[in-house]
Amino acid sequence: MTKPKTVLFACGTGIATSTVVAHAVEDALKKRGISIATRQCKTTEVASHVADVDLVVSTAQLPKDLGKPAITTLAFLTGIGKDDVLDKIEAILKA
Amino acid sequence: MAQALMNYLDPGAIILGVRAETDREVISLLAERLHALGYVKPSFADAVLARESQLPTGLPLGGVNNVAVPHTDPEHVLKPGLAFATLIQPVAFANMEDPDEKLPVRLVFLMALNDKDKQVEMLQEIAGAIQSPATIEALIQSKSVEDVSRLLG
Repeated sequence: MTKPKTVLFACGTGIATSTVVAHAVEDALKKRGISIATRQCKTTEVASHVADVDLVVSTAQLPKDLGKPAITTLAFLTGIGKDDVLDKIEAILKA
Repeated sequence: MAQALMNYLDPGAIILGVRAETDREVISLLAERLHALGYVKPSFADAVLARESQLPTGLPLGGVNNVAVPHTDPEHVLKPGLAFATLIQPVAFANMEDPDEKLPVRLVFLMALNDKDKQVEMLQEIAGAIQSPATIEALIQSKSVEDVSRLLG
């Protein structure tokens, strides 16, 4: 049993869309047999929370050069392109 | 499943067939209702407007009928609530993912959120509803609060 990877979910307020996306990604990855630890913050706070996470998933624009893999996506709110983004997330977490 | 949405959506804060020119007009109109109904503090409207210009909330659905979900920080909220407007003609909201892109929006959900764990279902239900093109189309055509609650409840 390897330690679950940590994903930081970000959005403008750090409580609204990031919570929905965190739940959706956690559930969808569980179905793929992957468990993750989740954290949340505002996009403006990402730089100070990014040190010990494996991936950042955001619904709003992120600062550049975070030094960590980062995905900005609305797929978990609109449903459009969800599977592609999940594939991308899975690939990053398995790397 | 969408019952949770009608728990938050106040019939007094549903405005159908709004004619507006700008995102600010729509947000102000809905924020006024939430304030009058006791969901938010007087500071809410300005806080949502400020946030929308910095961190927009337009959600692209891949067509001409898009959705916006304006909201702001919890300190401006008294209790969770939801206001909803349909727009007669599309109003431009910036894309959440790419603020430089403007989206034609026909449906606006203004959310008053103050607890991420309890009220996240509100946004979850909205996301669920907007993933159905048939629901989007029917919401745009809805003529009464009853129509809306049938679609969302």
